[in-house]
Amino acid sequence: MRQTIAEKIFAAHLRDEPFEGTYVLDLDRVLCHEITTPVAIADLEWRGKDRVFNPTKIKAVIDHVTPAKDSKTAIQGKMLRDWAGRHHIPDFFDVGQNGVCHVLFPEKGFIRPGYTVIMGDSHTCTHGAFGAFAAGVGTTDLEVGILKGVCAFRKPHSILVNISGQLQDQVVAKDVILHIIKELGVNGATDRVIEFRGPVVDAMSMDARMTLTNMAIEAGGTCGICWPDQVTVDYLWPFIADEYESKEAALADFSKWHSDPDAEYERVLDIDVTDLEPQVTYDYKPDLVKTARELQGAPIDQVYIGTCTNGRLEDLQQAAEILKGHKLAPGVRGILSPASPKIFREAMEQGILAIFMEAGFCITNPTCGACLGMSNGVLAPGEACAATSNRNFQGRMGQGGMVHLMSPATAAASGIKGVITDPRDI
Amino acid sequence: MNRTFGGPAIFLDRSDINTDEIIPARYLTEVTKDALKPYLLEDLTLEGFDPQGEALKQATVIVTRKNFGCGSSREHAPWSLEVNDIYTVIAEGYARIFRQNMFNCGMLAIELPAADIDRLFALQQEGEVEIVVDLPAQKLTAKAGSAEETFEFPIAPFDKALVEAGGWVEFADARY
Repeated sequence: MRQTIAEKIFAAHLRDEPFEGTYVLDLDRVLCHEITTPVAIADLEWRGKDRVFNPTKIKAVIDHVTPAKDSKTAIQGKMLRDWAGRHHIPDFFDVGQNGVCHVLFPEKGFIRPGYTVIMGDSHTCTHGAFGAFAAGVGTTDLEVGILKGVCAFRKPHSILVNISGQLQDQVVAKDVILHIIKELGVNGATDRVIEFRGPVVDAMSMDARMTLTNMAIEAGGTCGICWPDQVTVDYLWPFIADEYESKEAALADFSKWHSDPDAEYERVLDIDVTDLEPQVTYDYKPDLVKTARELQGAPIDQVYIGTCTNGRLEDLQQAAEILKGHKLAPGVRGILSPASPKIFREAMEQGILAIFMEAGFCITNPTCGACLGMSNGVLAPGEACAATSNRNFQGRMGQGGMVHLMSPATAAASGIKGVITDPRDI
Repeated sequence: MNRTFGGPAIFLDRSDINTDEIIPARYLTEVTKDALKPYLLEDLTLEGFDPQGEALKQATVIVTRKNFGCGSSREHAPWSLEVNDIYTVIAEGYARIFRQNMFNCGMLAIELPAADIDRLFALQQEGEVEIVVDLPAQKLTAKAGSAEETFEFPIAPFDKALVEAGGWVEFADARY
């Protein structure tokens, strides 16, 4: 006993402990996209080991640059497509079916409580929202994951973040996580799992929980993790109805992953969100955070709503609520990228896309594109963007550009005014 | 893998140098490591640092501060070091994924306490700094002019085994 959720998942997946403190885990999911996987594929081919450990546990998507923008990105897509084809990987998502990996894969029911998940993408920590241990890795770890179905980790020391209080109107998961990153600092959780708990987390939808866990890496965290509960069961029910007699049975089973009452945490951080205001980053690190009102008036050239942090339906609804009946300020470009085809369709059916279009937004297909300055909304030097993404490093959305991270509602409000604006002031 | 760790050092006096600064995302469309060579640290703005300068071209060791390699999981960051013959980084700390990527590639991410990093930085006053790494003994020697300092460094047994095996693929393939 005395185990955290992460320690329980480690214990259940331990394949080997080659040295004290090194845990080689069996993997339930190896997720792949077209930026970090092709080099792994090429290396496996070069080694004469072009094999996969289990095609049904591997999921693949083209999402970073899609449809391809040039020959190089077309080649990356083709390498992933051909590889998925020759290894009969059933869940490969190409143009027309593709979306941002950390939105699409959970939406398909691929992530379950207690799973171990890796991907060659730092925001893989998102999947911890389901009570899984999910970590971003490099291409070599991905390559070994594809070939052998294992990955090595150090002991998962955990930081417990207890979130209590009552969120004010227009204050959402994004504001909470920006505030937590400010508290922890950009390396405050390095080599640590961040376990998010408390009544505020319990009341959050899966969409909101994924926003929370998505940014664990911005504090250096290996994974952000939430306890699976009734909200998790309800979300997954269409995919697990065949496996459990009832929702109650599923909940009882999932609850086995909950941390023990006497589990040990390296640090406990109590956050009361009652007085929390909409948060916005300034400068080039995600822990440099002020309130929207403190930064009020800072000019923006572009609004970008989407990404694995905030491209889900709930995010689009929150932005649309602010945008309804308003237009983007003159000279401000608006880009909406619903993060999956399902979200795109639902937003269309609910009239959300119409609100964005009437406000003057361009709507792109689901893609990571602009978030990392690869396509569909790269900034020019000297430009600033109000973005719902997760990283504001120098040059992230384009050389010489400035990214201000914020919630969908704050981004929408900022677009209407042309300057950083608290959504409560619209 | 017969790799020599050590050689001329370049000093990057800032914490939190991220993977976008080490290798910007616009070069992630490359599918070979060699193609990354010209772009190492292209977006790093730091007083006295020139990504096209001789100091970086000559260097085979980077000495820096805290949380080096934070941000993206891109292994293109260690690869861009590797194709520029930089197999050793010495820092006060690393982001987890970057550190693992270094060892997974059979490269060295050495962690030293802040006081030792300060002493390394101070050695620059004596002239060009040359690092000699003795991995089996877990010691490194820094020489500048007539000055010389030796530091012991910790390394997890697993990480050391990865470097000795030439990387994680070799290690895992032999074992699993």
